[in-house]
Amino acid sequence: MGLILAQLLTGLANAGALFMVASGLSLIFGVTRIVNFAHGSFYMLGAYVGYSLMQVLPGAVGFWGAILLSGLVVGLIGALVEVIVLRRVYAAPELFQLVATFGVILVVQDLALAIWGPTDLLGPRAPGLRGVVRVMGEPVPQYDLALIAITPVVALALWYLIARTRVGVLVRAATQDREMVAALGVNQRWLFTGTFFLGCALAGLGGALQLPKGGADLLMDFTILAQVFVVVVIGGMGSLPGALLASVLISVLNVFGVSYLPQSTLVLMYVVMVAVLMWRPFGLLGRAEVAGELGQVGAPEEPIRPAGWPIRATVAAALAVLAALPFWGSPFSVVLATDILIFCLFAASLHMLIGLGGLVSFGHAAFWGGGAYVAALLVARLDVPMEVAMLAAPVGAGLAALAVGWIALRASGVYFAMLTLAFAQLLWSLVLQWGAVTGGDDGIVGVWPADWASGNTAYFYLALALSVGGILALRHMAHAPLGYALRAARDAPLRAEATGLHTRRLQLVAFALAGTLAGLAGGLFVFSKGSVFPNELEISRSFDALIVVFLGGVKTLSGGWVGGAVFESAEDLLTRFAFWRLTLGLLIIAVVIVAPEGIVGAARGLARRAGLTRDADPAREDAR
Amino acid sequence: MAEGAPMLEVADIATFYGRAQVLDGVSFSVAPGEVVALLGRNGAGKTTTLKSIIGLVPPRAGRVTFRGQEITGWPSYRIARAGLGYVPEERRIFTQLTVAENLEVGRQPPREGAVGWSEDALFELFPNLAERRGNLGKALSGGEQQMLTIARTLMGNPALVLLDEPSEGIAPVIVAQMARAVRRLKAEGLTVVLSEQNLAFARAVADRAVILDHGRVRFDDSFAALDARPEVRDAHLSVSGA
Repeated sequence: MGLILAQLLTGLANAGALFMVASGLSLIFGVTRIVNFAHGSFYMLGAYVGYSLMQVLPGAVGFWGAILLSGLVVGLIGALVEVIVLRRVYAAPELFQLVATFGVILVVQDLALAIWGPTDLLGPRAPGLRGVVRVMGEPVPQYDLALIAITPVVALALWYLIARTRVGVLVRAATQDREMVAALGVNQRWLFTGTFFLGCALAGLGGALQLPKGGADLLMDFTILAQVFVVVVIGGMGSLPGALLASVLISVLNVFGVSYLPQSTLVLMYVVMVAVLMWRPFGLLGRAEVAGELGQVGAPEEPIRPAGWPIRATVAAALAVLAALPFWGSPFSVVLATDILIFCLFAASLHMLIGLGGLVSFGHAAFWGGGAYVAALLVARLDVPMEVAMLAAPVGAGLAALAVGWIALRASGVYFAMLTLAFAQLLWSLVLQWGAVTGGDDGIVGVWPADWASGNTAYFYLALALSVGGILALRHMAHAPLGYALRAARDAPLRAEATGLHTRRLQLVAFALAGTLAGLAGGLFVFSKGSVFPNELEISRSFDALIVVFLGGVKTLSGGWVGGAVFESAEDLLTRFAFWRLTLGLLIIAVVIVAPEGIVGAARGLARRAGLTRDADPAREDAR
Repeated sequence: MAEGAPMLEVADIATFYGRAQVLDGVSFSVAPGEVVALLGRNGAGKTTTLKSIIGLVPPRAGRVTFRGQEITGWPSYRIARAGLGYVPEERRIFTQLTVAENLEVGRQPPREGAVGWSEDALFELFPNLAERRGNLGKALSGGEQQMLTIARTLMGNPALVLLDEPSEGIAPVIVAQMARAVRRLKAEGLTVVLSEQNLAFARAVADRAVILDHGRVRFDDSFAALDARPEVRDAHLSVSGA
């Protein structure tokens, strides 16, 4: 009994930091509609800044002062990011802003590495709260009790701000219809900046508060991000009480999970999330999200049309040059080109899902990594020949996508995205923790192609054929009835239903198809590397694909593979240098600001301005 | 502002949604204290004209001048703060906020040369809202929502109110209340530009009719002048509500 109570208290104490970070994310999303991927980075910054401040500020006053100051500092950094970067891209297509926040993640990672070094920092203990209290005979750290006391105070203060003040009224009004708020004379710019400040300050506060329990390290940004997404989704996007409830639920479950089902720890919260969302698709206390809400409708889409002969000729010529690469390029360039081709197929599959289907997945790595693991397991454990394994990869990933899509498509918008993330994490934790079969952290090695394809050049041609074939097939689909129907379901689901389209089934088909092609790319990947590790299933891999798709341009047909090629080449080039994350992050942010329509969209705009394309439209030019 | 100068002047504005041109050189002006009705069929450009003035859909060409100051291209919030109130057609109240909170969003400090509205004065104007003070916006009836949108805009103490289809989709008894409210605004010295499809309602509250069709002004004169030219009505307005 005493042990259970003590564990409950630990869970409650852990819930504090989680709640603060989650409520900040929820607030920012509610008002600005930005999914702030960098929120974990602000949490990490809070921990590091708090650590440094505690080194200089003495005693109990210094300790608590450092925590408050960390919140303030991180909040200011967040506001700065909003003013410098995000303000410029609010008009961009929906969710595009998350690309910028991803750039911020990379920048913060390298800055933290440069300032605080690679070693994990042990957080200082709270002065006066170093001991333990016996609760029914079990030791409970005093600091845990302090956290349990602080969390409700923060929650109450937040509640007061949101529910009882003018600022709170404006924030809630803006969450529903920010255009109307502007038409009533409220300057949204400062509302947005203020919200960002508050949200990031909460994240920083959470990071500093957990220092005595967890310290500071360079991985904590992604670790907390996954948890915070889960909490926000379980609680209901935009609901503060929901965030509190879900933080407690997840933290307590985690503590009990560690004690009684240690092999389940990574999986547990995702299982809970899936269960909750199947029961309540908008979270425990959330409200239905209305797609294309008032005032959030982007510019009308360009009609898609078949490429004209100049583009076809250019692409054909480029393909011919690429096909001849083994004759003119170095052996290394052939390997690099193979990598890029495979990644382009992966990106193109997600691009189809987002661009045509309007379905933003945060967990596409599940099918990439899934395909890779299917092939690797077949070869390494069952001695299946490469040809069969290469076929099994897309089939397996496609079937998995069918199952995941069947559940995830009950939700829509950000909830759908989070569900896909949850399934990807589920798969990742399964692979990581089921070591007997998957090799766990050690991955699966020795997965080499069949003899005929084992040379770099031969494998390059295999990858070229399959990737280009897959990308062309996707392009063909966009111009086929299935593509039309998908776009109809994306833009006007109700009207599409009314004309007799089964939108959910259409979306499921698209999801399965995207999964299948990602699986094919994963299969190609594993044989090109000879091995696969769980990181191919990680969130960051899903994000890579997502970023590439947005950078390439969602509202263009070729955005996926173009973005893939540019990003993969840039990454390959940059990783040779120190602080490549910083450079890549700044590069991403620069692209976001300069070309909010993506690389292809911007190129099209340039071509039109130069009079190179036939569909020049003077009316649209004026708008820019 | 010079004596006799118009309160609002719309000069040759052209407005687009993407590639589609909706307004093709709309011009009209409104004198202080005047109530002007924008009339026209669905798609004639009435709503777009109002949205162009308030800056929600900025015109690509032409000029909008308010109290002698050019406001073309200003962000909506600045235009609103300059004293232009906007009541949208779709009601767009904040459904998750209470009636009192909805009013709070609209609150702006009193402004020189404009009527200063308090919550109490608004509750007197719209008695139904007073009893609903603590209710959530989504719990209101259509007519009450329409009243709330007007009251919310008046909280900003505007000198001129843009009213988009105030009589649309509400019960006849509420339409009568709405007409009384508009006349009351005029009596308080406010200038009003309203868009309407209901000719009877417009005639009951407005001093002048501006008829739009296919994004252009086709008629701009008194209702008496309109009655003298039935061919204008037949060509540019629907027959209902005559």
